[in-house]
Amino acid sequence: MPVYITQSGSVMTARITGEIDHHSALWLRSDIDTAINDSSPTKLLLDFSAVTFMDSSGVGLVMGRFKNMKERGGKVELVNMPEYIKKVMSLAGMDRLLKEGR
Amino acid sequence: MRRADNEMKMVFLSLSENESLARLAVGGFISPLNPRIDELNELKTAVSEAVTNCIVHAYRDGIGKIEMTARLYGSEVYIKIKDGGCGIEDIKKAMEPLYTTLPGEERSGLGFSVMESFTDSVNVKSRPGAGTAVIMTKKIRGKR
Repeated sequence: MPVYITQSGSVMTARITGEIDHHSALWLRSDIDTAINDSSPTKLLLDFSAVTFMDSSGVGLVMGRFKNMKERGGKVELVNMPEYIKKVMSLAGMDRLLKEGR
Repeated sequence: MRRADNEMKMVFLSLSENESLARLAVGGFISPLNPRIDELNELKTAVSEAVTNCIVHAYRDGIGKIEMTARLYGSEVYIKIKDGGCGIEDIKKAMEPLYTTLPGEERSGLGFSVMESFTDSVNVKSRPGAGTAVIMTKKIRGKR
């Protein structure tokens, strides 16, 4: 399973594992959105600690979840992001969603 | 033309599962240069972007063949990713950051920006209806 989803109160954590590319993003997107629809969290933490590769499809994945959560009045935070993934995110200015030290 | 120290060529179908195959092949090909982990990741990401473009854009209406050529010139890697798909009408526009022709599909429009940021040079040749070739080069400094 590529994403492990847990919830504590109104905070949902999606721990993504493995590689994020155009191929895997489709499934990740559908799994995370299903969980959001089911339990309506106010905050979504996307945990990148177990991501081994990411291209710009990951940026699209984050942008899409950001939009989804914003429409519900919720927030997205990115946690445990390896340096080189930060570089991809920063090209889109998405590094502003980054929470350091988590 | 300079003589390459090593060369490989592979042809694969424009199926999304082949994105990881292309990355792995390039990763393996440059391993004799002993790349640092960030150099390896950057090159793999650039390759992933170019191959994804072939799948998502060039062959958006079907499946076609993607040809990838990789060469080593000393510590410089040359990679050409070529398709016989729809081609690009306006290359300059296509390379603009955040520009995408597929906004509804969560494409960030960053493919070419990533290729440009993560390699030393990106050259795009394209003709509408005839296909596109993306040529990238990157110097690998390696682990010291």
